[in-house]
Amino acid sequence: MLEIKDLHVEVDGKEILKGLSLSVKPGEVHAIMGPNGSGKSTLSYVLAGREGYDITSGSVIFEGHDMTQLKPEERAAKGVFLAFQYPLEIPGVTTMTFLRTALNAQQKARGESELDAPSFLRLIREKARLLNISDDMLKRSLNTGFSGGEKKRNEILQMMLFEPKLAILDETDSGLDIDAMKIVAEGVNALRTPQRAMLVITHYQRLLDYIVPDVVHVLANGRIAKSGDKNLALELERTGYDAFVSDAVLP
Amino acid sequence: MAASQDTIDEVRSFDLENYKYGFVTDIESEKAPKGLNEDIVRFISDKKNEPQWMLDWRLKAFERWHEMVEPKWAKVHYPAIDFQDAYYYAAPKTDEDRPDSLDEVDPELLKTYEKLGIPLKEQELLAGVKNIAVDVVFDSVSVITTFKETLAESGVIFCPMSEAVQKYPELVQKYLGSVVPVTDNFYATLNSAVFSDGSFVYLPEGVRCPMELSTYFRINEAETGQFERTLIIADKGSYVSYLEGCTAPMRDENQLHAAVVELIVMDDAEIKYSTVQNWYPGDVNGKGGIYNFVTKRGDCRGRNSKISWTQVETGSAITWKYPSCILRGENSVGEFYSIAITNNYQQADTGTKMIHLGKNTRSRIVSKGISAGHAQNTYRGLVTMHPKAENARNHTQCDSLLIGDKCGAHTVPYIESRNPSAIIEHEATTSKLSEEQLFYCRQRGLSQEEAIALLVNGFCRDVLQKLPMEFAVEAQKLVSISLEGSVG
Repeated sequence: MLEIKDLHVEVDGKEILKGLSLSVKPGEVHAIMGPNGSGKSTLSYVLAGREGYDITSGSVIFEGHDMTQLKPEERAAKGVFLAFQYPLEIPGVTTMTFLRTALNAQQKARGESELDAPSFLRLIREKARLLNISDDMLKRSLNTGFSGGEKKRNEILQMMLFEPKLAILDETDSGLDIDAMKIVAEGVNALRTPQRAMLVITHYQRLLDYIVPDVVHVLANGRIAKSGDKNLALELERTGYDAFVSDAVLP
Repeated sequence: MAASQDTIDEVRSFDLENYKYGFVTDIESEKAPKGLNEDIVRFISDKKNEPQWMLDWRLKAFERWHEMVEPKWAKVHYPAIDFQDAYYYAAPKTDEDRPDSLDEVDPELLKTYEKLGIPLKEQELLAGVKNIAVDVVFDSVSVITTFKETLAESGVIFCPMSEAVQKYPELVQKYLGSVVPVTDNFYATLNSAVFSDGSFVYLPEGVRCPMELSTYFRINEAETGQFERTLIIADKGSYVSYLEGCTAPMRDENQLHAAVVELIVMDDAEIKYSTVQNWYPGDVNGKGGIYNFVTKRGDCRGRNSKISWTQVETGSAITWKYPSCILRGENSVGEFYSIAITNNYQQADTGTKMIHLGKNTRSRIVSKGISAGHAQNTYRGLVTMHPKAENARNHTQCDSLLIGDKCGAHTVPYIESRNPSAIIEHEATTSKLSEEQLFYCRQRGLSQEEAIALLVNGFCRDVLQKLPMEFAVEAQKLVSISLEGSVG
């Protein structure tokens, strides 16, 4: 589904990703772990198409097509979803309005018919219930004054609504207490299907107790330093990232 | 929800180079000779067959105007205006008399309003959801007023100002210039001398106006100034919601619009006055556009009276406008809700004056300024508490939003308190539309334009909610359209 080959990415003229390769098949959950500054967030932004992240060489193929020339909204319509590490606040736009406008835009881009208001309302309420999100929260301005946990749950709600093919979760566990993390993980697990792929980016192993990955990668110094199964995450928890960081700087 | 979808559809279909209302209607018109002198003032008065007192009033204003100088304190810059190089009167050359019904109105004119999306046929209005009486001012004259009979049944007078001068001289003489004196300021004085037409509304005691009243102003002729005059009197216990809209063709030269609006509100009465100002703003390089110098003031004369100004200012090259409230009556309330959007090279200096004279008077100001391109947007406001204004209160909230890095937002609040019991609060924020917010929206599937429309409409929501429902949707669309091409 996703083939990244020898990807080099610069931000403000500084190379952050230095030859990253990654292959993700439908139905797989890959965890990307790594120390701060290793390029984890850069990878998520590059895949989502954020401006200012310049690909100097390498390729990103999504479902057989080059994705690098697509605008962020085109990628979204094709089924790429990014759950943000720091979800943005949008004052004056209710969560409900935002979600409906976004869903309509995606459906329109795909040439699908839009949901009418009552169907949308039914759909969103059903999904919100699974995440313990109240009607009141749906009526509040998007993420405005939300707690850290509320913001993250809201990201997962959006993921449930848009039903992406590829979901990228950027440090979704950061700032969450254990109860909130369980709710989020349950939401994510409910979305695991044989067709959907996920990239779970995290600094800590603990999220992976709840979202058990098929593959774990260590990202260090702009490239994948090591890959393994879920036990690699446990190993990292014991040894830390030092070994990879020092390895990586050697020629 | 539906409205924001409409906004998005509208933005999609919008052609950047094309100000939607920029067309010119080919109508034969009758103009006064170019320039401004006593003869022109007499010409206008004569055209309208005015009584002597009205002519005298105009001449007095004209005499005074000669001694006045243009105000220069606003943060707007433009080349000196040559007041002799414009036409002060232009009227569609239809029959000599004003048409009695729509059948007699020039079909070209009707087409113009169709293009503008303003329904004039009463039966269409009745069939639809909108229940609005409309007065239409084309260049210097009012061409038609709808629903006059229906309104008359409830005792409401809604007619062109020129007709009011003929039919209700005692009301006009009593109230005209009683809120904005002839000598008030340069543009108001000019207006007093050469005002052409506008709307007159009188609400008798205890009458709640059965429908929304609305006036649409259209400048069509080239090199012509528009000077309309609106007077609304709400007698004891009455209520009216009034909306004005304005558009003009795209022209390379600047055109002058200097209006005066006066509101008088008696005991327990209320006027809600909404404006959607969409005069031609000039092109992307700042060429052309309307100079909009407007004096609007309301007088809360009675106890428990209320005036609420809501404005959505998206057009004009230059805007100089401060709809104000004189809070004279005890417990009277003044409100000012404003959205001012400037893009490209537009300049706006707008705000309000809340003058608290009476006891327990209250005022609320919510101003949302949005600046994009190379535009400059200034909020200028005055809140003054006079010695007799016991327990008066004001709350002001001024928010500015910047889009891009070449525009400016300025906030100039003046606060004067001469009564220790008065409470005045002022809040202000300035923020920039962030790249992160835009990216977040786009990651969820919205295009750049859709994202801006959504973010800006969110920013303006407090004010948009104050507009009458029918116009809120229109205003939301306008907000998005005005900011087309403002990013990258």
